[in-house]
Amino acid sequence: MRFYVKKIITLVLTLLLVSLLTFVAFQVIPGDGALSKLGMDATEEQVEALRESLGLNDSMVVRFTRFLGGAVKGDFGNSSQYSVSVTSLVKERLPVTIWLAGLSIVIIIVVSIPLGILCSRKQNGMVDRLITLLTQTCMAVPSFFLGILITLVFGVMLKWFIPGKYVGPSQDFGQFIHYIIFPAVAVSVPKIAMMVKFLRNSVIRELQLDYVRTAKSKGNKERRILYKHVLKNALMPVITFMGMVIADVLAGSIVIEQVFNLPGMGRLLVVAISNRDFNVVQAVVLYIAAVVIIINFIVDLLYQKVDPRVKIS
Amino acid sequence: MRKRQLDFNFILGIVLISFVLLLVLVGLFYTPYDPNAMDITSKNLPPSLNHLFGTDYMGRDILSRVMEGAKTTFFIGIATVAIGAVVGTLVGAVTGYYGGILDEVLMRINDGVASFPSILLALVMVSILGTGKYNIILALGIIFIPSFARVVRSEFIAQKQLDYVRNAKLMGAGDLRIMFVHILPNTKSIILSAVTVGFNNAVLAEAGMSYLSLGVQPPDASLGRMLSEAQTYLFNAPWFALAPGFIIVITVLGFSLINERGIKNGK
Repeated sequence: MRFYVKKIITLVLTLLLVSLLTFVAFQVIPGDGALSKLGMDATEEQVEALRESLGLNDSMVVRFTRFLGGAVKGDFGNSSQYSVSVTSLVKERLPVTIWLAGLSIVIIIVVSIPLGILCSRKQNGMVDRLITLLTQTCMAVPSFFLGILITLVFGVMLKWFIPGKYVGPSQDFGQFIHYIIFPAVAVSVPKIAMMVKFLRNSVIRELQLDYVRTAKSKGNKERRILYKHVLKNALMPVITFMGMVIADVLAGSIVIEQVFNLPGMGRLLVVAISNRDFNVVQAVVLYIAAVVIIINFIVDLLYQKVDPRVKIS
Repeated sequence: MRKRQLDFNFILGIVLISFVLLLVLVGLFYTPYDPNAMDITSKNLPPSLNHLFGTDYMGRDILSRVMEGAKTTFFIGIATVAIGAVVGTLVGAVTGYYGGILDEVLMRINDGVASFPSILLALVMVSILGTGKYNIILALGIIFIPSFARVVRSEFIAQKQLDYVRNAKLMGAGDLRIMFVHILPNTKSIILSAVTVGFNNAVLAEAGMSYLSLGVQPPDASLGRMLSEAQTYLFNAPWFALAPGFIIVITVLGFSLINERGIKNGK
């Protein structure tokens, strides 16, 4: 019980710290929100009136409490660019990013776990060298360049999809998946390489332990040892690693959405930064950060479930 | 036999890096064409003897632009890693050696920063600092400090309990001397490995941000920016995208292959 209480307190504190950081970060930006909204021609009184009505004259503490209160209720104010509420913008874009990230994670798990196990069985010689080179190469390709390559090969040359086209999930769900699978692959490939390398090392390390030798001496078949005993232990560190990968996938989709012209959170963020639409930037950053933190929290709990020793330390 | 096999990937890494370094070094003094010179009569030309990598939509020579862009990439990579490594090593050394409250606080902040995806942090920094070459260096440099600090710290914690440190203490060496004259040289291989990884991350992050047009701004050439321009011309001039893209891949792959062997030898 103490373990869970401690974890939850840490979670809340981290979320608070992150929202404070996001808030403070956008307070130090030079420039006056009221002035930029009214333009240079505004009179002193107009600016002052708007500052008052926007609550810019209150102290930092009051403003942060208000920001936090709004954030909890999902209210981040209005976008200065589109003059609609930030929440409605986010609501529109969030499903695209969630689908993209979700699909990428499914691809990563489905491909990398069998592949990692397969690779761990070849520890020496040509194949080993080739695997290292291949995983290293995949990790060296920036996902947006991979996206461009995919567009070039499957879009321009093979014409499997129309580059730059996007179909919303509510219009035609099949088409939506069809258009989202290519960016998902672009996000997944470097992560698959990372996972394969990580899993392979983990299995190989596990295979050198004493209990494997004992199992072997008792006459177990190699296959049975691998699947019955080793795999369970080798997959343990992968759970933690997975938490990192999920965060990376979310970050990767920020860039990939730009390549494939997907109207997701990443596009929203990039456009908002270019337009200096700070309410939107703040909200998107907080959303992504919160998701990452909560996923790490879940990973911690999961890890504790499969390996109770963690609780003690 | 095993030894020779390991060498193959390492040699490939050296070859790849030499190729990119050659491009960068030659680019300092000479490019085949002026990277910014436009020529309406030779738009979107495929690679040929006159233009080895072809020309772009404004008739600029892609090889010259790639050389220019690689230069920017290397400059940013080296500068960010320098900031991250120097400050990170200092922080890691002090916190690792002394421990205590300061260590606890700094490491918590470190954990917080490290749990963010680095591109997200970089974008936040850029929306505060503004875009451009120097702001990118500052943003990425600050973001990379925690990763260096963490690595150096754990190494210092391990080393400070060893006999040679106690010995030095007995001989009357001061804390500063022990930290930087005795322990630091022993963390060389670990710092070097962190530098390679950091450099690669810097290259990838810079390319990604310039691709989003939130990084290096014109007139500075950048590989990431070239890629975003090239995307519009994928139908007419696919070579425009391939050249800068593969230079990034070659750089990152080269360094990570070299680093791989460093890790294997270190163990």
